[in-house]
Amino acid sequence: MIDAKIPAGELADKWNNYKDSSKLINPANRKKLDIIVVGTGLAGSSCAATLAELGYNVKSFCFQDSARRAHSVAAQGGVNAAKNYKNDGDSVYRMFYDTIKGGDFRSREANVYRLAECSLALIDQAVAQGVPFAREYGGYLNNRSFGGVQVSRTFYARGQTGQQLMIGAYQALMRQVSAGKVKTYTRHEMLELVLIDGKARGIIARNLETGEIERHAANAVVLATGGYGKVYYLSTLAMGCNSSAIWIAHKKGAFMSGVSWIQFHPTCLPQIGETQSKLTLMSESLRNDGRIWVPKKAGDERVPNDIPEEERDYYLERRYPTFGNLSPRDISSRAAKERIDAGCGVGPMKNAVCLDFSKAIREQGRDKIEEKYGNLFRMYDKINGVDAYKEPMLISPAAHFTMGGLWVDYDLMTTIPGLFALGEANFSDHGANRLGANSLLQSCVDGYFIAPYTIPNYLSGELKSEKVTTDHPAFIDAENNVREQLSRFLNLKGHLSADHFHKTLGRLLYDKCGLSRTRQSLEEAVVEIRALKKSFAHELKITGDNGVNSELEKAGRVSDFLELGELMCHDALQREESCGAHFREEYQTTDGEAVRNDKDFCYVSAWEWKGEGAEPELHKEPLVFETVQLTVRSYK
Amino acid sequence: MKLYLKVWRQEHRESKGNMVSYEVDGISEHMSFLEMLDLLNERLISKGERVIEFDHDCREGICGACGMMINGRAHGPLTGTTTCQLHMRSFKDGETVYIEPFRAAAFPVLRDLKIDRSAFDHIIQSGGYISASTGQAPESNSIPIAHEVTEAAFDAAACIGCGACVATCKNSSAALFTSAKISHLVLLPQGKLESADRVIKMVGQMDAEGFGHCSNTEACEVECPQEISVLHIGRMNYEYNKAMALRK
Repeated sequence: MIDAKIPAGELADKWNNYKDSSKLINPANRKKLDIIVVGTGLAGSSCAATLAELGYNVKSFCFQDSARRAHSVAAQGGVNAAKNYKNDGDSVYRMFYDTIKGGDFRSREANVYRLAECSLALIDQAVAQGVPFAREYGGYLNNRSFGGVQVSRTFYARGQTGQQLMIGAYQALMRQVSAGKVKTYTRHEMLELVLIDGKARGIIARNLETGEIERHAANAVVLATGGYGKVYYLSTLAMGCNSSAIWIAHKKGAFMSGVSWIQFHPTCLPQIGETQSKLTLMSESLRNDGRIWVPKKAGDERVPNDIPEEERDYYLERRYPTFGNLSPRDISSRAAKERIDAGCGVGPMKNAVCLDFSKAIREQGRDKIEEKYGNLFRMYDKINGVDAYKEPMLISPAAHFTMGGLWVDYDLMTTIPGLFALGEANFSDHGANRLGANSLLQSCVDGYFIAPYTIPNYLSGELKSEKVTTDHPAFIDAENNVREQLSRFLNLKGHLSADHFHKTLGRLLYDKCGLSRTRQSLEEAVVEIRALKKSFAHELKITGDNGVNSELEKAGRVSDFLELGELMCHDALQREESCGAHFREEYQTTDGEAVRNDKDFCYVSAWEWKGEGAEPELHKEPLVFETVQLTVRSYK
Repeated sequence: MKLYLKVWRQEHRESKGNMVSYEVDGISEHMSFLEMLDLLNERLISKGERVIEFDHDCREGICGACGMMINGRAHGPLTGTTTCQLHMRSFKDGETVYIEPFRAAAFPVLRDLKIDRSAFDHIIQSGGYISASTGQAPESNSIPIAHEVTEAAFDAAACIGCGACVATCKNSSAALFTSAKISHLVLLPQGKLESADRVIKMVGQMDAEGFGHCSNTEACEVECPQEISVLHIGRMNYEYNKAMALRK
């Protein structure tokens, strides 16, 4: 049994109890400690900057050309905080409850409570950094609503909340670079994790410009490398998003949890062609004013504007009258799939639903809608050449956020001592489904407020441990592994590109381990992925050399996605219930709602890598609910 | 549709580059410009040739990674649009399209269309921040900020750091980039305290990186995908002169 090390005490006191009793390191000793932070998104940048402010020596790595570009920038809608500025009954407890219910009771009470608790300080921190959150005319901060809740607790900066929070964290990081406390390694990719005496003590990184392989030693390693939704190829993620850092850690002994819990975002642009590389997300905030519908009649060939009101099926309002168009993401996405599968989809590939603003424009005026969502309407027009003020947007669910990731305890430490995982790279906090605007929150809270307490708590025990240098045999072995893999890729004499394998894997996972899964589809997927892996090992073709080479970068990432994809299917197979984003068709009510099984599956699945070709081993962390009562999650 | 491409190919920082011709057919108007390059690269791989390297990531116009000169214009023919948001419906069948990297002395080419924009990071490091360490922040509503002020600060903060302003400027000036950050921070009450020191350091760093001076052609605003106003450059000059005049 694995231990999450939840502190003692009442739910509301646990984090304070932890902080009161965690071990401290005096400022003179902090200068002697080195920390590697991989990833410069919100979690990575905020953690690196905050640790540097405290006096630790930080090395910050990212594969992009600047720390500012990590995919946190793409989050549009907002960040949640229980400030209760709207006086509408919000509180830390209510936010905690919404989040744990939204996650279908598959997350830890203590973690989720801490997330809600720290949300208050995050808004303060971001404002102090100069993040231009929306303001009312009186000068006070404004809020809006997001899916799955009945209060307004979402802070936003037009449709670019992620970008603006990211700029705040990036600037904090740059400030520490100029102070000499952070050294940044941009265009670097982590390719190995170095363990010494079972503890994380460094990484091997490849310089993506020169191809040089570098060794970096530290007293602790932090992975803040984001989610792996790009495993589906077509997704809302950036092209470079990948699972390699966490997968490398997994193969070195870190457990993975909630691996198959992938959120499909309900409001994305649909696929319209085979060469498409991206399914662009349109912020969930659009559902505040947009109404979702499909034609009542299957196979309706008319364009949406020609379909009269009485022949439209506002299926979310029909099925979930209480939450309507603001139903949580998993429910909205599944409801869309249900209608599309029933033949009621719209658009050239009949794979989309309508998101209609005509009522909102009639009631509030075009100017008001433009002020709220102008940039999103412009983006829609740029991509599709369609004016959404005049006709409905066509949207479709797309792979988006991974609730799963590296298993971490309450300290955000993985099962490898000294290896921490932050933000989307870990599995914690969101259970089986994440609520909108909780992602920016979690990555910031992990980086600004949690890791800067928990990492020193670990490091206090490391002050007396031996100083490690990069000529240690463990570094030499790790570097040799990396060199072998790179030269194997470059010398393969195949004929298919890395993208070919990535797209094939993505299609397979969408079909068999996507919005809904069955035992049969998952078993088939495992067999097919294994075959694809074999083909990848022989038929891959990489052109170019060991300098700047995007194909070589992709090869490593796709290789890891193939292995991760198989674990996703194992995880989905083993969990014989439907919860949150994990919908097993065998476990549903007669009207198509998910059936959770608390008797047999009220635990976190933590998977251990057992080697190439071997079945992964399952460890269970029971979920203990002391405060909330497990209920059927209803939004009707 | 079919296009005739002339693409800048360069091995590494030190080597000389040249334009190479490619014919690409089977392009659909729904493809994005980068998907068209993906298609070409896929064909280059099957011929055993090295792919055309270009920076890109989010492909939704917000990360600022992509950017190339397309027929001599930064990010191509549309205004307010990054390269990744440009679609092939903006081109005609049979057209010849010239594709080059963003060029500036401060942006060395790494390979093909990939450039080194770390000079922008250095400008931000020199002072493009508010010094608020984690834990120091006051309650967020204790500093009311007028709606218009926040909106104006946002307009400046919207810069994605792509470098189109530099690439399109005949002087390779980074004035729009630098001034947008100065405006963003000086407009907000939280950022005013450090404004004099900030503007002197950032302008100094901008010069040290080898960017040219602004001569008010306003080309940067035309090509900026976020449509950042050149009026920020005016504010930067005002703040700079004020800071220099009052310097102790």
